[in-house]
Amino acid sequence: MSLDVALSVRLGALELDVEVTIGEGEVVALLGPNGAGKTTLLRAIAGLAPLGSGHVGLDGQVLEDTATGDYVPTEQRPIGFVFQDYLLFPHLSVLDNVAFGLRSRGTRPRVATEKSLEWLDRVGMRSYAHAKPAELSGGQRQRVALARALAPAPRLLLLDEPLAALDITTRADVRRDLKQHLASFEGIRLVVTHDPLEAMALADRLIIMETGRLVQTGTPAEITQRPRSPYVADLVGVNLLRGEADHGSVRIPGGPVVAAAGAESGDVFAVIHPRAVSVHRRRPDGSPRNVWQGRASGIEVIGDRVRIRIDGEVRVVAEVTPAALKELDLGEGGEVWLSFKATEVGVYPA
Amino acid sequence: MRRERVPIVVVALAAVGAAFFILPLLGLLVRSPWRDAVSSLAAPETIEALKLSLIASLSATGVALVLGVPLAWIYARVEFPGRGVLRALTTLPMVLPPVVGGIALLLAFGRRGLLGSWLDRSFGITLPFTTAGVVMAETFVAMPFLILTVEAGLRSMDRRYEEAARTLGASRWRVFTRVTLPLIGPSLFAGAVLCWARALGEFGATITFAGNFPGVTQTMPLAVYLLLETNQEASFILSLVLLLISLVVLVGLRSRWLGSV
Repeated sequence: MSLDVALSVRLGALELDVEVTIGEGEVVALLGPNGAGKTTLLRAIAGLAPLGSGHVGLDGQVLEDTATGDYVPTEQRPIGFVFQDYLLFPHLSVLDNVAFGLRSRGTRPRVATEKSLEWLDRVGMRSYAHAKPAELSGGQRQRVALARALAPAPRLLLLDEPLAALDITTRADVRRDLKQHLASFEGIRLVVTHDPLEAMALADRLIIMETGRLVQTGTPAEITQRPRSPYVADLVGVNLLRGEADHGSVRIPGGPVVAAAGAESGDVFAVIHPRAVSVHRRRPDGSPRNVWQGRASGIEVIGDRVRIRIDGEVRVVAEVTPAALKELDLGEGGEVWLSFKATEVGVYPA
Repeated sequence: MRRERVPIVVVALAAVGAAFFILPLLGLLVRSPWRDAVSSLAAPETIEALKLSLIASLSATGVALVLGVPLAWIYARVEFPGRGVLRALTTLPMVLPPVVGGIALLLAFGRRGLLGSWLDRSFGITLPFTTAGVVMAETFVAMPFLILTVEAGLRSMDRRYEEAARTLGASRWRVFTRVTLPLIGPSLFAGAVLCWARALGEFGATITFAGNFPGVTQTMPLAVYLLLETNQEASFILSLVLLLISLVVLVGLRSRWLGSV
């Protein structure tokens, strides 16, 4: 079983151009900023947004192909869709919402009711079977929406920002439940989100999308260690530089030469974790190979850490403890020196 | 907060305006011969007119639902050249003098009308001056109210519910009957009630196209008008009945559709 998509869709100013293959049983998160075209991609896969060109295939079955004119309408695609604000039918009870898909696909009323009650049991909503969606909390609605999408046994489950409609206090709980429910579904799961935490918690593999294009794909660990765009680097909170490697150093165009232990040759990315960057008020002496001067342009406290943005020849973020910040006696605009070891620079081909 | 002083001229004109509506209603209440109410209402002609009115207006509402909802759906959902013109034509009867509507109906469906002559020749069907003619006249005048109300409902509904239904495997027909119609239920109800009330009160088009035959085409408004010359008391009572129906419709719509005022 696999999902195989190569398509382009034009939506206003956005030109979506995506090629992606998802293997059997994968949980994939589609991560990207607002307006990247994530939702449009989901809608195109479900047949709700017309393709400009391209094809969508599921398990070897062509769902849509603009070259041959094949088109399976949305209602005949074996796809479950959980919408961002769930879109539970307000005039139907929770039970009838879940049974809607089964009834639409020809299941007899009694069987549909039984199966729907089983699904409500699974998501812990059986006692609300006769409630109307308006009586439920956000988290409960999400569980019903999930049961509704899964009840007709789709082969592909699409979730569009499944946690965005929830308030922050319930989100962690609902995310844990969702992960559990997703794990019990065997088909392909594709989750759209703009929250990296959510993506990494829910998915085996991340696909990063920016302005209508895929920019990177990989496991959460791969993405964190080897970001390939400023957006991804920003998401995972590391410093990303790009330059020309030359045996032990990386020359940043219009910037410094970074001593990097692993650098060999060619166009490379160099990634430096903010925790590996030390900050000093005077030029440090000792072993670090990379010592730059700059100005602290932003100081932000996040929990028990402080992120200092330092503008020099290139912008670098350093992460220190609040105690260290106090010792530095540093305010915004202050002159600083930063240093990091050549062995702390991760280098990989661009 | 100090209440704003309302200019006296405005108050005076508004009072005259309100009295203009209230006085006639009051007159109807005060001058109606309550003692004879039962006998007037129980008179065979009255019963007949009342029955015919109910049958014709409910039939007209039924026809309007069957034909008007698809029209409204097309206006709300399908873009095609001339949509605006078509919508204007199909809602013209709202502003057209009903008598003109009746004459237009005669020219189309009358014995020598555009379609009527063919119907007459080919099938021996004549529509004018029959109960069917009454239903046609009432539908002609009343259906636009339903079309416009339902179209507004369709336009304002969240179409993503229909998409959700489609991802759940619902055919277009199932989406329409199980999702779209229930979601526009309030608009559908309001449109049908407005349409029915308009059909019930229809006079001009009906008398022009269907005539005034007791038991066949004489509806309540026609009976009221005719009784005014022969039996004033009875016409007052029948007017009161129509007034009562209108009042119930208005109050019903206020709470369900127009919101509380």
